[in-house]
Amino acid sequence: MITSRKNKTFRAGAVITAVMLLIILVGAFWTPYDPNAMDGSAKLQPPSLAHLLGTDNFGRDIFSRVVEGAGATFVIAAATVAIGLVAGMIIGGLTGYYGGPLDEILMRICDAIAAFPSILLALVLIALFGSGRYKIILALGLLFIPSFSRIVRSEVAKQKSMDYVRSAKLMGVGDMRILFVHIMPNILPVLLSTVAIGFNNAVLAEASMSYLGVGVQPPDASLGRMLSEAQTYLMSAPWYAVSVGLAIILLVLGFGLLSDGLGGQYDA
Amino acid sequence: MKSRILALILAALMTAALCGCGGGESAQGDTASETADTEATATAAEDTAEESTGSTGEAVYGGEITVGIAAELDSSLDPHVSSSLAGTREVLFNIFEGLVKPDTEGNLIPAVAESYTVNETADVYTFTLREGVKFHNGETVTVGDVVYSLTRAAGLDTGEPFMSTLSGIASVEATDDSTIVVTLSAPDTEFLAYMTAAIIPEGNDPDEELIGTGPFKFVSRTVQENVVIEKFDEYWGEEPYLDKVTFQVIEDSQTMVMSLQSGAIDMAAHLDASQAAQLDGLTVLEGSMNLVQALYLNNAVEPFDNILVRQALSYAIDKYEIIDLAGDGYGTALGSSMYPAFAKYFDESLTNYYETDIEKARELLAEAGYEDGFTFTIAVISSYTPHVNAAQVIVEQLKEIGVTVEIEQMDASTWYSDVYQGKDFQATINGFDASTLTASAMLSRFTSTSSKNFISFYNDEYDAAYAEAVATVDEATQIDLFKQCQTILTEQAANVYIQDLAEFVAMQSNVGGYEFYPLYVMDMSTVYLIG
Amino acid sequence: MRYILKKTGVLLVTLLVISLLAFLAFQIIPGDPTARLLGTDYTPERAEALREELGLTGNVFVRYWKWLSGFVTGDMGTSYSYSMPVSEVIHGKVAVTAALSLMAWLMVMVISIPLGITLARYQGSRADRAFVAMNQVFMAIPPFFLGILFTYVFGLVLKLFVPGSFVSFSDSFFGCLGYLVFPALAIAIPKAAMVTKLLRSSILAQMDQDYVRTAYSRGNSRWGVIRGHVLRNALLPVVTFLAMTLADIVAGSIVVEQVFALPGLGRLLLSSISNRDYPVVQCIVVMISFVVVFMNYLSDIVTQYIDPRVRLN
Repeated sequence: MITSRKNKTFRAGAVITAVMLLIILVGAFWTPYDPNAMDGSAKLQPPSLAHLLGTDNFGRDIFSRVVEGAGATFVIAAATVAIGLVAGMIIGGLTGYYGGPLDEILMRICDAIAAFPSILLALVLIALFGSGRYKIILALGLLFIPSFSRIVRSEVAKQKSMDYVRSAKLMGVGDMRILFVHIMPNILPVLLSTVAIGFNNAVLAEASMSYLGVGVQPPDASLGRMLSEAQTYLMSAPWYAVSVGLAIILLVLGFGLLSDGLGGQYDA
Repeated sequence: MKSRILALILAALMTAALCGCGGGESAQGDTASETADTEATATAAEDTAEESTGSTGEAVYGGEITVGIAAELDSSLDPHVSSSLAGTREVLFNIFEGLVKPDTEGNLIPAVAESYTVNETADVYTFTLREGVKFHNGETVTVGDVVYSLTRAAGLDTGEPFMSTLSGIASVEATDDSTIVVTLSAPDTEFLAYMTAAIIPEGNDPDEELIGTGPFKFVSRTVQENVVIEKFDEYWGEEPYLDKVTFQVIEDSQTMVMSLQSGAIDMAAHLDASQAAQLDGLTVLEGSMNLVQALYLNNAVEPFDNILVRQALSYAIDKYEIIDLAGDGYGTALGSSMYPAFAKYFDESLTNYYETDIEKARELLAEAGYEDGFTFTIAVISSYTPHVNAAQVIVEQLKEIGVTVEIEQMDASTWYSDVYQGKDFQATINGFDASTLTASAMLSRFTSTSSKNFISFYNDEYDAAYAEAVATVDEATQIDLFKQCQTILTEQAANVYIQDLAEFVAMQSNVGGYEFYPLYVMDMSTVYLIG
Repeated sequence: MRYILKKTGVLLVTLLVISLLAFLAFQIIPGDPTARLLGTDYTPERAEALREELGLTGNVFVRYWKWLSGFVTGDMGTSYSYSMPVSEVIHGKVAVTAALSLMAWLMVMVISIPLGITLARYQGSRADRAFVAMNQVFMAIPPFFLGILFTYVFGLVLKLFVPGSFVSFSDSFFGCLGYLVFPALAIAIPKAAMVTKLLRSSILAQMDQDYVRTAYSRGNSRWGVIRGHVLRNALLPVVTFLAMTLADIVAGSIVVEQVFALPGLGRLLLSSISNRDYPVVQCIVVMISFVVVFMNYLSDIVTQYIDPRVRLN
């Protein structure tokens, strides 16, 4: 029964994610309107057949912008998580496997960075790199490394004393091979749920960075930027904020369900 | 409306004095506290100055209101500190007064002084003290207090003026119990505008205690939260209606709207069109910010060192479309570094010097050797929505002539250090205003030697015209010369001028009496609750 | 005891690293505090004089040491933009953020612990399935967006509170707490969803263990097993997570404070970063970090108390 529900969860997640990705993919090549084209005669219009989600304060088509923005947000979040994951697997894997003083030092630094208000750290990094789409990926990616490292480290440390690792060692398999070929697949389920949470956080981080004006630069859309713009028109155009908010929720939800269905650690 | 009548009487009483000063204008010197930031930079529209709220109820004395202000005030509320933000100045206007103060028309009316005379060469200003003006601590203002205040503000004893506008003062003397003589080191017909400098008690340090002579006295301040002022019972002038006013800091623009809508605050000024459009059931008055919003171009770097490129941009950017798209149609198009509140100096004919013409823009670009267009970056402060929005429209407009624009948002500190002081930028959108209604406040920054010339505009003709204007005593000639300066800025396309932004004041329906000033001022003494 | 000593040592070292990071961060970040303070009146000479006055000249590490030794003795320095002691600037702001965070944290516990246990108890029931599905949605809502929705729905449409009318503790204790309910809820709901999910899964994971089977075989009901045997073990990961959540809430209150116009540490932090008011930023960073590190420290110790096996590690 658990399995069947997991399947359902997985399927729901897969459907939502597939639909979102499809829309994003199509949107990369075609949107109903040019996402940046302004129209002074059609400002802040409610949803209609011509404009599925209405228009914003410049008369731009919100649907087209949501599609483009979702794409931008997705790419930023995915790239951020990818950076965090890869670096986290290397750092966490090595420190968890070998332990010792290097582990102590790296983990203390990770602790310190994790305890640092992330928004400040992101601002410092942005100030160093400059603002913009690729810079924010780099900054947020760096920000995500410590948490991934910690999780990988603790999982690797757990696996290290297991029988299959010991026997592999006895058979003379090299450390790197044990770590990345034998251990990593076993902690995949944990990693996947971490990825989902990380993705969620990355979407939010993009939103707050763009809200502070250091993320995706206008006039290009990103969900975070649009949400902060939409907030200004909450009363005159509530559908604006709601559309963008829903897009964020769907993006995060689809991914969450998907990885939950995949993950072995927690059911539901 | 009593205050208006009083103002008229006062104005009538002082006509002689005012005429005396109208004899020979000569602009000179550096204007004190221009603020480059627009959010904290606004004033009123001269055409709405007459307008009061549309409310019909009876004004009553008493009561208290909360006013939302969009920016935190300066660290120091010292009225003599010249780098004060405009937002600080507008609050302090209610607490402090100078020997003279501006009225809603932008005229200077006597305040702590009862009258004044100016000598023919405009270098000796003599003020007669008004009798019985009280400080908030209950003491009567004496000539000693005036001498102390002006000496302190002008830095006569320290050598470092708090207010750079006062650096022209050579000496301040009290010749008897009611007469103060201010002598300048050089003639300056605009000097009276600087005599709005606050009068404080002798020996007082405003960083320790704020004591002025204004209609309201300072009560308390909580950082990032509020400033509270209370009616001063012994005010020499017209009695203010309200007993207490709380200025509440609300930095988020949407929260400001909600606070107004929900009744959490009674009034807010400096709202933009999108904020005003969302208010239901409130009295909303339209004014203007009194600043020059422009795409400021770095004249020293490629490709903007080429006049043809700058002109091409001027032809390609449609300011009316910007006003329409980014400002909901509110705003006054501008063509040079001067806005309409400067009635004397404003030259309307420059506004449409560059009629939007994409073909012409393309030709100019081709002539300059950029037939395939180019790419440049606009730096803009991220919290200044009107500028960010204008930038977005410009991006779209310049696509038409094959020019690609990237927007780079930054915080105010980075803007000041990189763009304004570091001059490390290609183009930026911001608004520049003046703290006094003197032409030099707007035009001095474009002279070759000015330290504020961040766009690196170097033009001999301009320098000559400006220098001559400053030295001229005849008013008509001087105005012509200042207009010539503006024309040069326009012809040279030093910047792409956009507009004077519109601003709105909103108040609950039971609040009335608000009056616009052509300066960044929020006068609470005329505001009342409707009984 | 050795464990506690060791953890305390680690705590202190981490705090030291954080304070150094916070201090160094502003040595590399562009934007000069004098630029903002002087505004359009900037001249290199004035800037230099001001820098001298603010103590921005000289060796970085000497300055760090000076600041640190001051901080430890309670002298947090003077704010550049308010020219008053930092302790005075943040006074009051701390109370708001602390009250908001604690309230949100309590909400998380009050909602998630009973809910998580109940869902695990009735695992597979219709209610369970419905809640699990809803949980996923709640986890996906950004607190920022929830805050906007709350302001609109509860503030403007239903008029349950007046947006922007925050009153401080000193004015009205209950009025203040009342205003904080909605912001706290906006922060708490996504977190509560996470904790509920974690607790439920944690209990269910324990249900497969041998000791549970033994307990069943003794004739205990499902509820009896959960209450008597499983809960203690299942709460372990939840305690750790709750500790991390409080830290998250404190650090994450920045955006929600902005949405609800709360005069807390978050807004002060943002404006101080933008004004390059280093003393204020450093003080807030160290304070927030301290809460985070300290909560981790506490959870380590509590975990060790509940589960002696950890001690060996």
